[in-house]
Amino acid sequence: MSRKQKKMLVRIIVSAALIALLQAVPLQGAWRLAAYMVPYWIIGYDILLKAAKGVRNRQPFDENFLMAVATVGAIVLGEYVEGVAVMLFYQIGELFQSYAVGKSRRNISALMDIRPDYANIEGADGELVRVDPDEVAIGTVIVVQPGEKIPLDGVILEGHAALNTSALTGESLPREVQEGDEVISGCVNMSGLLRIRTTREFGESTVSKILELVENASSRKSPPENFITKFARIYTPAVCYGAVALALLPPIVRLLLGMEAQFGEWVMRALTFLVISCPCALVVSIPLSFFAGIGGASREGVLVKGSNYLHALSQTKVVVFDKTGTMTQGVFEVSEVSPCGMDAAQLVEWAALAESYSAHPISQSLKRAYGQAIDASRVQDVEEIGGHGVTARVDGKRVAVGNERLMARVGVTVQAGRQPGTLVHVAVEGVYAGCISIQDRIKPGAREAIDALHRQGVSRTVMLTGDRDDVAQKVAAELNIDEVHSELLPAQKVSWVETILEKKAKGETVAFVGDGINDAPVLSRADIGVAMGALGSDAAIEAADVVLMDDDPRKIALAIALSRKCLRIVYQNIAFAIGVKGVCLVLGALGVAGMWAAIFADVGVMVLAVLNAIRAMRIPKL
Amino acid sequence: MKKTYPIEVDCANCAAKMEEAAKKTAGVRHAVVNFMTLKMVVEFEEGADPKTVMPAVRAACKRVEDDCEVFL
Repeated sequence: MSRKQKKMLVRIIVSAALIALLQAVPLQGAWRLAAYMVPYWIIGYDILLKAAKGVRNRQPFDENFLMAVATVGAIVLGEYVEGVAVMLFYQIGELFQSYAVGKSRRNISALMDIRPDYANIEGADGELVRVDPDEVAIGTVIVVQPGEKIPLDGVILEGHAALNTSALTGESLPREVQEGDEVISGCVNMSGLLRIRTTREFGESTVSKILELVENASSRKSPPENFITKFARIYTPAVCYGAVALALLPPIVRLLLGMEAQFGEWVMRALTFLVISCPCALVVSIPLSFFAGIGGASREGVLVKGSNYLHALSQTKVVVFDKTGTMTQGVFEVSEVSPCGMDAAQLVEWAALAESYSAHPISQSLKRAYGQAIDASRVQDVEEIGGHGVTARVDGKRVAVGNERLMARVGVTVQAGRQPGTLVHVAVEGVYAGCISIQDRIKPGAREAIDALHRQGVSRTVMLTGDRDDVAQKVAAELNIDEVHSELLPAQKVSWVETILEKKAKGETVAFVGDGINDAPVLSRADIGVAMGALGSDAAIEAADVVLMDDDPRKIALAIALSRKCLRIVYQNIAFAIGVKGVCLVLGALGVAGMWAAIFADVGVMVLAVLNAIRAMRIPKL
Repeated sequence: MKKTYPIEVDCANCAAKMEEAAKKTAGVRHAVVNFMTLKMVVEFEEGADPKTVMPAVRAACKRVEDDCEVFL
């Protein structure tokens, strides 16, 4: 508790004790009033002063003014205990709010606590000196010991270690790094001593970028927050005018009807109105829910750039994917070997040897499939024919490795069925030897990710890719994706997303998920752009609205589930707070609920709404 | 130009009032008060000097909510 809060607690205890004491002391008339004024002043002097200042600054209708009017009114009507107690409960409520909000603010901030406190620099005599990361210039060599956070982005000069990236990505598997690898700030060094040459200043490093993003996220307000702000602006004055009407109209009507006016009774009911008029439960719990939701998501490696995006994410009906790098790993691999008159291993060996001089991703995948060191002396007369393939002499034999056009060029007939993926044909001594099919590998969890999306109520999944149609169809079938559009240029992807956007219903949103490398235009065109595998990629972090720090496609469904939960809590709080206040207003007007009930309703709703809001921090199970 | 200032305020409604007051101050194009992180982001108008605008923003906030602080 802060000093301010402790002081308030003391005031609450003292005045509560005094009220209890006064119940037992039989005082009459002016003495009784004077006696009650003591706890009243102790508990409420700041409210009264603020109310006076508010009036002077022409800012009536703030809660201080309302509480002052309500309690002074009660005391004037002779309801001393009621007046003092209402002030007491109001202060208890305020104290709780300030304590609970402060505490949850700290808790949520702790989730995002990836800020490194210091960097180690080697001093002149080899001793480590701790300095502020802000003061470390680019190119400085820093030392990171086991258990410490990497404070700045850089390249490893010396040492190898396992890094815990969970604070950034939510991924619990450690990442192995060694000399020459780039490392990013915010990871925790778990095992070895690392010497790192920094490549960025602290303000530009990953950890600062992420912190800035998450901290500013709740500044972009969502539709429910804007609604509440507008509502609060109307609600309080409306209730105040209602109170005035309630104090004046019924007694006047009664007088006209020839009955007793009962001014006291109606003024008391009007004062009850004033107590209920504070919109605090709403105004505090809605942004708190969003803040908790964004905080909880960031712990899972899902960065949401604003409350408005969390809101949009919860309404996702269509998810559009990029293929390569998003649903597949973007790494080519030999998937099938179909030899013709020799064994498979022999075929791969010929192909790998012939392609051994090429740096093309396909040759790389052939070499990986071969899996042994290449004996370069076996390969001679290598000729690379652009757009066709390679011809070479391997162990003295003429080998041609490439596409169908190359086979036609060397006069060999291809004898292969239709297979998905990229086909590499091999001919030896002018005779067709078989083909090797090479494919991008589907990410583990991609299928589960699509299933989870469907379970989350996403009605349509679409894949857009520049790849060949048969490859795209096969991936889509394997992943259970509803719709595929293949062989697209980047500009065509944008127009497809636009077509989908035109057709969607109101209140639904279209999310695009990409790896952020070459789909920035699509990311910004969709309602919500989700970039994945963004760890260390500034471009992706800039372009997207939601950033998945690792490249696990399952996080998409998790992000949507989280946003739905958060919005559910927001709507619960809105309905609950407005509902309870509405009921209290009616009961207050009918004279059923007195000022006591009103203050309990006010404080109680706030407490429950705040506790409910904190729930948004917990991650839902998929 | 955008600048961020730490603030101190006790209740969310008061934060909303500060935001309103800051927005209406001359020289301020837009202002957002973030109650959760206790920060005020002020976007200044072209040619406005934060050094002269911010005291006015602070005074405007004090007027609507006596018990608040903007750290300049």
